[in-house]
Parts: sequence; structure tokens; C-alpha cells
Amino acid sequence: MEATHVENSTPHITVQNLTMAYGSFVLIRDLNFSVRHSDVFIIMGGSGCGKSTLLRYLIGLKETEGRGEIFYGKDNFSSADPLLKEKIRRRFGVLFQSGALWSSMTLAENVGLPLGEYTDLSPAEVREVASLKLALVGLSGFEDFYPSQISGGMQKRAGLARAMALDPDILFFDEPSAGLDPISSRLLDDLILELRDSLGSTVVVVTHELASIFAIGNNSVFLDPESRTMIASGSPKELLAHSDDPRVRRFLTRGEGEEV
Amino acid sequence: MDAATGMRPAPSEMSFSRRDDDTLLVWLAGSWKLQDDLPSANEVRKQVKSNPRVRRIAFETQKITAWDSGLLTFLTKLVNQSAQGQIELDREGLPSGVRRLLSLAEAVPEKKGARTEVVQPSFVERVGRSFIDSEQSLLEMLTFFGEVTLTFVKLLRMKARYRTSDLMLLIQECGAQALPIVTLISFLVGVILAFVGAIQLAQFGAQIYVADLVGIAMVRDMGAMMTGIIMAGRTGAAFAAQLGTMKVTQEIDAFTTMGFSPLEFLVLPRMIALILMMPLLALYSDLVGILGGAAVGLGMLDLSATTYFRETMHAINLTDFFGGVFKSAVYGVLIALSGCLRGLECGSSSSAVGDATTSAVVTGIVFIIATCGIFSVIFYALGI
Repeated sequence: MEATHVENSTPHITVQNLTMAYGSFVLIRDLNFSVRHSDVFIIMGGSGCGKSTLLRYLIGLKETEGRGEIFYGKDNFSSADPLLKEKIRRRFGVLFQSGALWSSMTLAENVGLPLGEYTDLSPAEVREVASLKLALVGLSGFEDFYPSQISGGMQKRAGLARAMALDPDILFFDEPSAGLDPISSRLLDDLILELRDSLGSTVVVVTHELASIFAIGNNSVFLDPESRTMIASGSPKELLAHSDDPRVRRFLTRGEGEEV
Repeated sequence: MDAATGMRPAPSEMSFSRRDDDTLLVWLAGSWKLQDDLPSANEVRKQVKSNPRVRRIAFETQKITAWDSGLLTFLTKLVNQSAQGQIELDREGLPSGVRRLLSLAEAVPEKKGARTEVVQPSFVERVGRSFIDSEQSLLEMLTFFGEVTLTFVKLLRMKARYRTSDLMLLIQECGAQALPIVTLISFLVGVILAFVGAIQLAQFGAQIYVADLVGIAMVRDMGAMMTGIIMAGRTGAAFAAQLGTMKVTQEIDAFTTMGFSPLEFLVLPRMIALILMMPLLALYSDLVGILGGAAVGLGMLDLSATTYFRETMHAINLTDFFGGVFKSAVYGVLIALSGCLRGLECGSSSSAVGDATTSAVVTGIVFIIATCGIFSVIFYALGI
């Protein structure tokens, strides 16, 4: 899979010496990793280790406040002025944990809002594109439903349709399989891979679902709340095969591989 | 099960004996459940203390008929006690299920620092803290006010982005849909003012001036203020709850990451809707209040409709109306500000949404009354 990607180019996302903290409480320190173009990058670790917080830093919902830097390509996101930040953000698509669809708008309006604002499409065209995006996630015919009228899994897929409305360069997923049954979760994984392959997007996924991690991830970072830093990075499959760290092995084998 | 067989469970029992010179044998028998009246772990400690040579505690539990977390808590206490007294605890005699659960509870050591000491701060400290907090919240309020002002500048330069359909919906919600409650309250306020005045003025035979009193009070102050208070409770609370919930469900995060400013998208239409609707509601409230006063004047004071309305028209002038309308627009800004600010500040739990709503109403009403007082002084000084 990796062979098809262009090596030696600038990493898509680079995180340098990032320390994540809430006030004076340090959650994780010394984060250093980079995400290559078209990676499916997994942020993993046990519950409460700061995975979702790292995502909030990456998408700019939390400021680094001088404790480390985040680069997108060659642009420094942490010290960017609001205009540049806005420009970088425009290339993101984010799927939040609960979908976070705007509840006062129909699905078509949810997907169409960014299209209407950031493109020159006419309202009729916006609706067509929105329908297409909804069809891509298997929600064709649900354009005029409100988020409260559809199931949790469907909300998540609609959230994905909204996240990819503007054909973003980077897609962020916060726990995509949380609250989904195994089959829906598998379908979502397939969809993520399909999007990566067809659109060439870079994908960053926060998850602790082992099945997903091995199925889609080709690069990762492992956060450990005990030592308050990252203790492994690289392809999850390689980590499973070669990592010597008992904590990583324990996680990747559901706690069964300690003695091996 | 016991109830079905009609048998009372055997009470929990504990007795002691010595196996060896240094081993205390604890005999447990009967039912060891939470609802049973269980013996205290301190009794074991007393036993240990009275026999200084005891270095081990062993158990004999053959006669236990039933157990649940009651037995486990009892044993956990013993484990802690004996660890402190450096006494060995022999778990051999315990039921195997109990042994497994005990070791499960001990599998993950207590996280250091996770248990925080709750220290009751002194009175002085609490006063100091709340002062520092209030300074902080004042700063946040001013920042928010500044940001909203900048957003308004954007609106005037036609650069603000919001959905017109949202604005229309909000105008409907805080305009037409507020009419019934405004009607009821304003009419009653008019009636109350008329009664208050009538009792005093009747002593001079000057009932006719009830019309002046009600008219001036409603138009200058009460119309705008009552509408403001109604809208703070009705719409300000709704704004805080809506925005707070959107915060909890990450909808606001979704706006931010897509480059939509929540201030433009959410706060601006709410503010415009209230600024447009408040003066209209206040004018309507003036009218209904005067009608309420008239109802008392005509029904109880034997004034004729013509006299009453001629007197009212004589008493109030256009400046009074403009004053009231201006005040109501300002109240609209204050209600929208406090509602949206509290909503956007909301934490990420359902109780936080409740707090935000309460706080929005309280802040709104305090702002309205304080501003009303300030306006009264200014208007008096200006001779309006």
C-alpha cells in the first residue's frame, strides 16, 4: 500500500515538541511525529490518554500557547495569523465523535452550507453536490431529513458527507466507530480507505478499535497516559510484529500478548 | 429466596479463636450481605491490639451462607488495617469467589494524585476567590462585547455571513410568538398601576389623573422594562439553552473548524432579531398597558372613555415614546448578549446547560434593571 505513495516529499502534517496541557495540568509532553501525504494516520492509546485532545490541537480548536508547533506542509499552523489559519483550515474536513450535525438544518443544508459559502455554485448546484455527497455515504433520499430524524450511524455518515463537502486535503475522524455496530463500522472503514484512494486525501483517525487500526492504518502514534508521552509510532502492523514495548503489545493484542 | 421459603436468613456472626500463638483465627458465619447488620472490622483490630503477639490473621468461613459486597468491604478494611499494622492476612480460608474479587480490586494500584483532598476554604479565602472570579467574568464579558461589536462592524460593511432563514425564524420566535405573554403581563401591569394610583388620587377627588399616571409610567418605563424582563426569561433563556446544547454536541466546534464564526452565524441573527422586535413589542406593551389602566378607570372610577383617552393623550408626548422605544432596543441588546454569552461559555455537560440558562436569565434581568436606573438618572438630568 505504501509503495504507491510519493516518498521524500515534505510531510503533510508535522508536530514538533508539542506539550498538551489544560492550564497547569500537563496531559502529554514531547510529541514529535509527522504524517505523510495520503497516510491513514492513527492516533491510538487507552481511554483518557489525550487522543481527542491531540485532535483538537491539530484542527486548531485548542491553541498550542507556545508549547510546541504544528506544521501543515511548510506553513506553521501554531503561529499563523488568523487569515493563514483560516486558509489552512479550509483544507480540513472534520468528523466529530457524535457527528455534530447542525440540528436546525436538514442534511442537504448541513452538507450544502460550506459549499454555498466557499464556492460560486448556485443554490440548485449546491443541492446537487450535497445530494451526491450524501449518496456517497449511502444516504441518498435523506436530503430533507433533520438530524434528529435519523439514526446515530446515519448521523455519523451524514457528518462524513459534510466533512468531505469541499473535497478536503485532510480528513480528521474522532472515534469514527464509536457507537456503531461492527458491520457499519467496517463499512465506514472501507469508505475511509476508498476516499483516501480516490481523492488522495490524508486521513487522521482517533480510535482505539483494534480492527479498524489494523484494517486502515499505515502510520500511527501511540499515546501513553502513564509516562505522559508518545511511546511508539509507525505502521500498526509493524508495531504488532516488532515492538518490544510491553505496553504497546498489550494494547495491540487486547492484553493477550504480554507473555509472548 | 428467603422470603419465599419463609425462613429468616442466619444473622452474620463473627467470633475469634487462636490457632497458633501468633495467629488469630476469625470465624465468619451466617449471611454477610450489605443489608445485614454486619460486625465492624474494628472488632478484629481490637482483638489484634489486645494480643500483641498476633502476627497473622486467618479465616474460617465454612459457615457463611450468603455474601455480597458487604463481606468484601469488610475484608478490604481488614486488608488496609493489617497492612498498616504489618500483619499478614492469610486468605486461604476465604471463599474462592471472594479471593478472586479481592485480588481484582487490588490489580490496579490506586492512582496517586487522583484522589483530591477536599479542603473547606476559609471565609476570607472564599471572598477573595469569588472576587477574582468576578473580575475574570467581567473581563470575559467585555471581550465578548468587543467581539460582538466587531461583528456588527462587519455586518455594516456587508461582510458578515449568516443564514437569512435563521434570522427570519428567530424574528418569528421572539416577535409574534411572544405576543400572548406580553399582552397578559402588560394588561395586568396597567391594571395594577391604575389601582395603586386610584387609591391615592381618590382622596383628592382627582381620579382622572390615573390616566396620566398609567400612560406616563407605561410609555416611559414600564412597557420597555416589562417586555425586557419577559423576553429575558423567555428568549434569553432559549438562546443560552440552544447555544449551550450546540456546544455540548460539538456543533459550535463544527462551525469553527469550517471557518464559520459562531459570532456571525449564531449571535448576530439573534441580536438583530431582538433589536428589531423589542421596540415593537414595547410599543404594543404600552398600548395594552394603557388599555388595562382604562379598564380600571372606566369600570371602577366612573370615568368616560373619551375623558380617559383625552387625558392620556394630553399627558404623554412623542419624546416619551421615543425614550421608551430607545430603552427597549438597548434591553434587546442586553438580553441577546447575556443569553449568547452564557450559551457560548457553557461547559460540556447537561447540568452546565442548566447553569448557563439560569445565569443568562439572571444576568439579563440584572442588566435591564440596572440600565433602567441609569437611564432614569440620565433622562432626569437631561430634562426629558
